[in-house]
Amino acid sequence: MIYLRLFYEFFKTGLFAIGGGMATLPFLHDMGEATGWFTQAQLMNMLAVSESTPGPIGINMATYVGYTIAGIPGGIIATLGEVTPSIIVILIIAALLRSFRENRYVDRAFYGLRPASTGLIGAACVSVVLEVLTNITVTAPESGIINRFQLGEGGLAQLISWPGLVLAVILLALTNWVKPTKGLHPIVFIGLSAVVGVVFRFAGV
Amino acid sequence: MKELWTLFWTFAKMGVMTFGGGMAMLPILQREVVENKHWATEEELTDYYAIGQCTPGIIAVNTATFIGQKFKGIPGGIVATLGVVFPSLVIITILAGLINNFADLAWVQNAFAGIQVCVCVLIFNATVKLLKKSVVDKPTAVIFAAVLICSVVMDLSPVWFILVAAVLGILLKNWEVKRA
Repeated sequence: MIYLRLFYEFFKTGLFAIGGGMATLPFLHDMGEATGWFTQAQLMNMLAVSESTPGPIGINMATYVGYTIAGIPGGIIATLGEVTPSIIVILIIAALLRSFRENRYVDRAFYGLRPASTGLIGAACVSVVLEVLTNITVTAPESGIINRFQLGEGGLAQLISWPGLVLAVILLALTNWVKPTKGLHPIVFIGLSAVVGVVFRFAGV
Repeated sequence: MKELWTLFWTFAKMGVMTFGGGMAMLPILQREVVENKHWATEEELTDYYAIGQCTPGIIAVNTATFIGQKFKGIPGGIVATLGVVFPSLVIITILAGLINNFADLAWVQNAFAGIQVCVCVLIFNATVKLLKKSVVDKPTAVIFAAVLICSVVMDLSPVWFILVAAVLGILLKNWEVKRA
């Protein structure tokens, strides 16, 4: 029963992703690999669309991924799965708000949770960079837990996708250091990259 | 019943206006919830927002559940959340259908190949921004680095890292308090 599985997977994402929409990315990454429901390239496209449309990114991604897997009901079920843990957790916390804020164990757990959540997003970033900007593929092992890193065709000479790297460096500068552009909404940079992609035929077609 | 409708539509409106993530929502919440509707005070909103950021799930949803719950109890919490997600469901479903239809066109593929580069940079920027907030001393730096490396190298569910880090946080802080 795909809908039950979908609800369960997104419930898990909603329960363990801490720190907002981007924190769901490592879980979606893992979901794609574990289930084969979507590829990492598809996930990145979905993330780009989710950043460029109204609504919280995390919800947009849940709807989009769910829709990709199982159509309109899939989108609805994935989204409901993702928000259900939030509703339950928040309703419990609201009932005991004061003691939650003052509970030292909660506070201490978050001391460890925050950097771990950031580490997971950082790891997702590494996988995405390897996938988009290099010719190295990371695959889950057939047995054991250590991933396999493989260099694709063309060997070392083809290691890096140069046009992509140049665009990435320009975007990095525009979003972080160039004063007039650094505060702009991500949609501006996504639009710009789409134009660059079309003009320079980034997909090679 | 009428109040629940108001709650639903107010949050649906906020869902549309939240362009780019939970952080963008705070100024809109301040205006609608505190100044216009008086569903919560400024202090309560700040509290909800702070807790919403460090509890599981999407920040916008967590904050909506809190405010809805304050105004109309458990049904209020649920209705406010459904309101926030409603626009996403409609907009993304329509867009996803459209994009899937055009996915085979060469220029669409090229555009998305360009966009993927941008997504790399956006994720990188998000990581750096979170890094500044979450890595505050040596132990948190070690947790960050260890999780990053282990998660890249190993095929393990992120759930395990989150669970271990929570326990580690408690142990580390306990040890620090005992030593002091």
